[in-house]
Amino acid sequence: MLMSLGLARTGRWLLNSRVVSALAVPHGVDRYLGLVNPLWSTHEVRAVVVDVAHHTADSVTITLRPNGNWAGAQAGQYVRLAVEIDGARRTRCFSVASSAHRADGLIEITTKVNPAGAVSRYLKQHARPGLRMVLSPAEGEFTLPARVPERLLLISGGSGITPVMSILRTLIDQRYPGRITFLHYARTPADVIYRAELAALAAARPRLTLVNVYTRSPGASRFSGERLGQVAPDYAKALTYVCGPAPLLEAVAGLWRAEGIADRLMIERFTLVSPVVDTENAVGTVRFTRSGVSARNDGRTVLEQAEAAGLRPEHGCRMGICHTCVALKTIGSVRDVRNDVISAEPDERIQLCVTAPCGDVELDL
Amino acid sequence: MRTPEQWDELGRELDAIRRELVEDLGARDAAYIRRVLKAQQWFEVAGRALLWAGRFPPAWLAGTAALSVSKILDNMEIGHNVMHGQYDWMGDPALNSKMFEWDTVCPAEQWRHAHNYVHHTYTNIVGKDRDIGYGILRMVEAQKWSLYYIGNPVYAFLLMIAFEWGVMLHDLEIEKIVAGKKTWAQTKGSRRQMWHKGVKQVVKDYLLFPLLSGRGAAATLAGNATANLVRNLWAFSIIFCGHFPDGVADFTEKECQNETRGQWYYRQMLGSSNIDGGKLFHVMTGNLDFQIEHHLFPDIPARRYQEIAPRIREICDRYGLNYNTGPLGKQIGSVWQKIFRLALPPKRRAAPTDGHHLRAVPATAA
Repeated sequence: MLMSLGLARTGRWLLNSRVVSALAVPHGVDRYLGLVNPLWSTHEVRAVVVDVAHHTADSVTITLRPNGNWAGAQAGQYVRLAVEIDGARRTRCFSVASSAHRADGLIEITTKVNPAGAVSRYLKQHARPGLRMVLSPAEGEFTLPARVPERLLLISGGSGITPVMSILRTLIDQRYPGRITFLHYARTPADVIYRAELAALAAARPRLTLVNVYTRSPGASRFSGERLGQVAPDYAKALTYVCGPAPLLEAVAGLWRAEGIADRLMIERFTLVSPVVDTENAVGTVRFTRSGVSARNDGRTVLEQAEAAGLRPEHGCRMGICHTCVALKTIGSVRDVRNDVISAEPDERIQLCVTAPCGDVELDL
Repeated sequence: MRTPEQWDELGRELDAIRRELVEDLGARDAAYIRRVLKAQQWFEVAGRALLWAGRFPPAWLAGTAALSVSKILDNMEIGHNVMHGQYDWMGDPALNSKMFEWDTVCPAEQWRHAHNYVHHTYTNIVGKDRDIGYGILRMVEAQKWSLYYIGNPVYAFLLMIAFEWGVMLHDLEIEKIVAGKKTWAQTKGSRRQMWHKGVKQVVKDYLLFPLLSGRGAAATLAGNATANLVRNLWAFSIIFCGHFPDGVADFTEKECQNETRGQWYYRQMLGSSNIDGGKLFHVMTGNLDFQIEHHLFPDIPARRYQEIAPRIREICDRYGLNYNTGPLGKQIGSVWQKIFRLALPPKRRAAPTDGHHLRAVPATAA
């Protein structure tokens, strides 16, 4: 084990050395490493699926083995995960659900299938052991403080359970001595993704209280201060984490604000892929984030609008053939003016001269 | 004489083919380019390994051949096509037009500007398309003859031998410096990029890999140099067949003012020429044996050109346009004939020039 670690370190040092880099000009070392093992890379985090589970009808739980570039995730963080669907790479954010201390080094993510979401649908239908993906390093502020207070309240709704699950599992691995109340909202018992595991954890730990609320059952109520008072009367003293659908987040945040304890609340929002807004009428705002300039969308191509806003993006033919003006669109729906194809992919490279915004769009310009 | 309606119809027909191709792009195209990439990498690794033992003649021959194939694939089917943005839709950084660097001394960034923008937008417009003679050769009648062009065949031969260096120096725009339209100091930025890329390529092929071979250094160096030469000869020959065989049209700036989409397509078709060949030939030329199809749709994955070629040919027939194609021997022979012919001043009362049918572009159509 030690020897192989030493070997791996020497190998890594060698691969990053100037001589080896000079030999791999102009393509870089990674291109040749891939011939030996597609997971090998000097810098990119790549992972392979090792297990796929379908805990509920509309979710899929995937366990990944990352390569040596994975630096780990803190409980509650997310990764940007890229899969290739029909030849095109699609990137989405997924919360890590596994414990930060997981001994085998594997990462677990769970996604609820969004009928309009290409990636979640693809994963539900096609994820198999052996499928490879590219990951970003873990990101996000929805994490535990260095010193965890002795009272915690975890609230989640639907698939918002994933980052909260990671926090719970991590705390259990840390032998957290405090008290935890876990309040989870789901439509029916069959919709609770980690139901069996949660029940087992709670049964074995008197200091963990699990409360499932089923919104489809008769007499069930949505989140309210009154309901919370019954479940966790000391909630104001707790550090609270909440993740779930927007109405739940708003209700929780509203209550915490009203009580003046908003500084004790951590919120994680899942941002959805922006919908197509309007292709007929020019609406929305075009934001050029690097220049800090915004302009009202006037329906022309992004290149023309950028120039009208005083920017001078690099460009060539202005007719879509030379790809000189390609730039990164971070958020928003756009239309290819040549064939009216709409795309709402986040972090997509577009040809400015033949692309028009359909609503709010953000560009790295 | 064609009517504006006919130009528009031609534009619509070709736009429709483009749309059809774009909509059909997917996993098969991705798998294809990855397969080519993998083949290129194995050829390269095998070539380097065999040349490491290059003191043994069979290893030298096999290694040099493998490395030549690797460089040809890298520059043509992979490099040229990836840098056109043909695979940008995949979202893979390794196949992205702006991130790709190729195995030649020419910096990718400079090439993209000179090729994707200047050459592909202003194809065969004398005075605008710098690929007509690359600033050093006389390749169309419309270029005014001077005594300098007596050396046309010699310059062309030297360019063929040192093609990657010629392509690298293209961005200096020597002809503009000679004409006093550009100063040497203005080339400083380009020269710095050329220096950085050139040094890396030279160090790799002519210093590091030979050194790694120890006593076989000379054999490795010779093998690497030969592979670069083979690639130069091949790339030059294929590329010159793309626009310079007899019968390919050239255009004046005036003709192309206010050009419509249909007229732009028309210029691309008449200004390019194909080479007949089989599947392996398609791959080894980077599908530039379909230069006409490439010029119509430069950012569509090149493996698609063979599937649309019959339809493009049919469109040419229907509109009475010349679809210029022929076997490699005929096309390259025609190119060299032209190189020699244009070394001499035009004969008085010359026959109609190559570009004569271009006068068919109605100046009023726009």
